[in-house]
Amino acid sequence: MNNEALKDLLYKMADDALIIGHRNSEWTGIGPMLEEDLAFSSMAQDKIGHAVALYKILHEVLGEADPDTLGFKREEKDFKCCQFIEQPIGEYDFSIVRQFLFDHAEHIRYELLTQSSFQPLAQLAKKIRGEIKYHVMHADTFIKQLGNGTEESKARLQSSLNHAWPFALGIFEKSEFESALIEAEVFVGEDELKKRWLLKISPVLESANLKIPAINESKIVYGGRKGFHSEYLKPLLEEMTEVLRTDINAEW
Amino acid sequence: MVEQTTDYKKHITESIVWEILETVKDPEIPVLSVVDMGMITAVQIRNPISEIQIAEITMTPTFVGCPAIDVIKKSIREEVLKLGFDEVEVKVDFETTWTSDRMRSEAKIKLEKFGLAPPPLIEGELTEEQLNNVRCPHCRSTDTTLRSAFGSTLCRAIRFCFSCKQGFEQFKPV
Repeated sequence: MNNEALKDLLYKMADDALIIGHRNSEWTGIGPMLEEDLAFSSMAQDKIGHAVALYKILHEVLGEADPDTLGFKREEKDFKCCQFIEQPIGEYDFSIVRQFLFDHAEHIRYELLTQSSFQPLAQLAKKIRGEIKYHVMHADTFIKQLGNGTEESKARLQSSLNHAWPFALGIFEKSEFESALIEAEVFVGEDELKKRWLLKISPVLESANLKIPAINESKIVYGGRKGFHSEYLKPLLEEMTEVLRTDINAEW
Repeated sequence: MVEQTTDYKKHITESIVWEILETVKDPEIPVLSVVDMGMITAVQIRNPISEIQIAEITMTPTFVGCPAIDVIKKSIREEVLKLGFDEVEVKVDFETTWTSDRMRSEAKIKLEKFGLAPPPLIEGELTEEQLNNVRCPHCRSTDTTLRSAFGSTLCRAIRFCFSCKQGFEQFKPV
């Protein structure tokens, strides 16, 4: 198996987890109710933990720099996260819709990776999928409740779904290593993931009276997996590393 | 490192290490030891050269992002070193996946007494019934509901008991 392909897969997963973790943490202290404040804060902690575990594989197995360096000292263009998770948290309806769409994709991705030929990742996937199950349950609960709630809650969810959809499809952007990963049986591939994801989210959206928007292929927001990001990633990275940069070599 | 007499060291067996591990508590759940939790997956004593004795302890984290891991590792090392080893290595890996089914049954009784509803046995995939059928640790009623899958630590969920009208926490089944 070629290591560059493995690295590419791990970077995109780890960067997704780190950045969505940071976004989730922005709800700490301002959640619409205490339970949601706790939920987003806990999910932030989980996601950042997942990112660290993935960076550790990159470091220990594939010879990349240590997790702190990978998380905090890379340039914006080196990040492989999708643009969806860089978007600001917006209002609660957008955050919960994003969590629903992203976490279902992530849950299935880890489920599929438990069968990966790359053992360190297969082992980690077995562990992580059990944790993400709670993230998915959380999202499903609120999507159903708000989708069947008031006129306002329905309208807000639908409008956030419309806004999120082109970004969400960008999760499945393929990299140049796609076929190498499939051939080596590391991962079954983004198309298969997307297919399973649609099967999983459609009935939930339906039971919440939400409609998947029909969009033109050209509207899908790609780029993140290749290092092209929206205007929101750079400020996020600056904020995330602000303390670190006051004394870059400090020992913590 | 403190020098130890060699004959003292020769008597340290793996079962003595397991015993001392019973005294290392999970900082987030002080009534349970790392052995109760099922976090320790292997204990090995090595003699790379005679006279030198090294203990190697392998553990698996409960939650990947558990912030207590480093503290637990440190306490394990400190406690086991007291037995007189020249070095104690604590390794964290995912080779054995931790699930709440690894928790000892006595540990679950201790948890309930501590006021934290213990996780049910999952044995495979977590079902709806296992998630909903939770006994209140205060009044023992099962008329309870999930308030939030996320609580004060990564391993806890918040529930509410309709019988005694109190909120309580549960150790999540994973």
